[in-house]
Amino acid sequence: MLKLKPLFLSLSLLALPAASFALSMNGAGSTFIYPLASKWFSDYNKSTGVEINYQSIGSGAGIRQLLAGTIDFGASDAPMPDSLLAKSPVPILHLPATIGAVAVVYNLPGVPTGMKLTPDVLAGIFLGSITKWNDPAITALNPGMNLPATDISVAHRSDGSGTTNIFTDYLTKVSPDWASKVGKGTAVNWPVGLGGKGNEAVAGLVKQVEGAVGYVELAYAIKNNLTYVLIRNQAGNYPTPSLETTSAAAAGSLKTMPADFRTSITNMPGKDAYPICGFTWFLVYQKYTDAAKGKALVDFLNWAMDEGQKMGPDLYYPELPASLVKKIKASIATIQVGQ
Amino acid sequence: MPLNTDPRTPPVTPGGSRGQADLKPQQSGGLVQNKTPESRPSRIKKSWGDPVFKSVTLIFAGAILVLALAIAVELWVAAYPSIQGMGWHFFMTQKWDPVMNHFGGLSFIYGTVVSSLIAFLIATPFGIGISVFLTEMAPRALREPVSFLIEILAAIPSVVYGLWGIFVLAPLLSVHVYPYLIRWIGKPFFVGPSTGLSLLSAGIILAIMILPTIMSISREVFLAIPRSAREGALALGATRWETIVVAVISPSKPGLMGAIMLGLGRALGETMAVTMIIGNRPEVSLNLLGPSHSIASVIANEFAEATSDMHLAALSELGLVLMGITILINIAARVLVWSTSSKLRALEKA
Repeated sequence: MLKLKPLFLSLSLLALPAASFALSMNGAGSTFIYPLASKWFSDYNKSTGVEINYQSIGSGAGIRQLLAGTIDFGASDAPMPDSLLAKSPVPILHLPATIGAVAVVYNLPGVPTGMKLTPDVLAGIFLGSITKWNDPAITALNPGMNLPATDISVAHRSDGSGTTNIFTDYLTKVSPDWASKVGKGTAVNWPVGLGGKGNEAVAGLVKQVEGAVGYVELAYAIKNNLTYVLIRNQAGNYPTPSLETTSAAAAGSLKTMPADFRTSITNMPGKDAYPICGFTWFLVYQKYTDAAKGKALVDFLNWAMDEGQKMGPDLYYPELPASLVKKIKASIATIQVGQ
Repeated sequence: MPLNTDPRTPPVTPGGSRGQADLKPQQSGGLVQNKTPESRPSRIKKSWGDPVFKSVTLIFAGAILVLALAIAVELWVAAYPSIQGMGWHFFMTQKWDPVMNHFGGLSFIYGTVVSSLIAFLIATPFGIGISVFLTEMAPRALREPVSFLIEILAAIPSVVYGLWGIFVLAPLLSVHVYPYLIRWIGKPFFVGPSTGLSLLSAGIILAIMILPTIMSISREVFLAIPRSAREGALALGATRWETIVVAVISPSKPGLMGAIMLGLGRALGETMAVTMIIGNRPEVSLNLLGPSHSIASVIANEFAEATSDMHLAALSELGLVLMGITILINIAARVLVWSTSSKLRALEKA
């Protein structure tokens, strides 16, 4: 006991200066944005010395931490509902940071990538009403493709996730049946299928089971060369899921963009708009009483809109359209700093 | 007392530690007790040290109790909206729908209990069988390497088990084992087609994971049986099989029970490996080849992204239920240990 005391004392002495002198901020939330965000934070730290710690604990957990006031900013793949926003003592701003897209992938030996599906048929598959790959609804859309009579097995995420939120948000928009039976959320009551934890498990399920279909983050599908479905968008085209078509979807949302950016960008108008995508937002307080911290955060957010966006494509994150960036910067300018 | 068959009493100290239901018999401390009268040079020093030591250890022991209680209270508070909102429906329904805010936990409870039960049924005979072989029959050169290899199984992280399960075990079982189960046994427990991600696969992975626990503890228990007990049985004309049953396994029952319960505890709480192979489908079905779900899996899967109060509360309530199941099983094990050891004592007196 006696010997431990000086040890504790010296430890606490060591810890104090680190906490009081370096300007550091804490953020938490979305795991989807983590690869991009950690690149941002490390580059920003090199050029400015500001240290930003980010814990990728999940969007929901990030929101809880932000409401509890234990972090300086959050990041979420789903917008906060009004009920939660009302709980915060300080108003919270949603600032789109990047865009996520979801690819529908499948495993049918002999069938190449690029099977075409309409929103209705896609919903039918995930509702369990279409059970065979040679269902007339599918073959009619894909003349010339030799589709086998294999059973369709659905794979979905078992963990609550922003990817699921985007995907179910899309199905809810395009299929009244899905809207009434299942609905949208980070975790839903799936009518059929097996659950896998994380993109890699869903992709693993799809790879292993012949006739399987699932949904994963677009970046994951591109990096792993998975065979994906082309889905008909609002304009009637079948855009290839890619960074460009995802950016096009964000551009298509500009006309209907609400002032607080809390909007879904699935099934957006636009010739090339990929239909299944959604924003990931930084969640920041409207007001920071700690002036130094507030200013540093505002600077960082502006940096993320300029330099930060350019780093996206290398890491498979689409860039936000320039016209949207202008609007976001106007919103960043409203953050109050100091007393 | 005609025959000293109690494994917990080292032969050196007859009657030294009567009736203590220890897990590891060598620790019963008869030797130390015998020594204490001589090794007490200064009475003053001891009278100061003993109470301090006693209170310090008391605080340590008490802290565990307080901690367990604090966890239970915290879970209860966090789960209260669900306990109040769902009531008994929580245990009656299997519909788990975060969108509609309807939470029924039955399928998770069912999946947890059944997968652990399968693991228990597979791992117990294997674990005890291996330790009987290692202590009673294996050549000396084989003992250490084999037990070392099995104990290494305990050091493998569960996510590795999960990956192995999903990429190796599940495809293997679904191609080479499950079709035969479906053909030969069939309904209602084995209904195909199975993708390999199923309740049974989860049970098998769990069995492999808890095998080292059961094996190494039961081996320690067997090793603690004095040689004289075995020699006595042999001298009375018992065959090798009878010796093992009468002189080794039978007096070890309390210790074996402890070994199994520790293994079962691990199976109940296992998260990562199970969630990767169980299929994650909240459904109660007798079909062991169908996908299922477990309490620990759903908590790990959904807690980070849950935002609605009811969803969080329902997950906390599942945590509380898991704690309850573990406590119930431990109590059942205690009761079993007491009843078997009291039977043993009665036998000795006769």
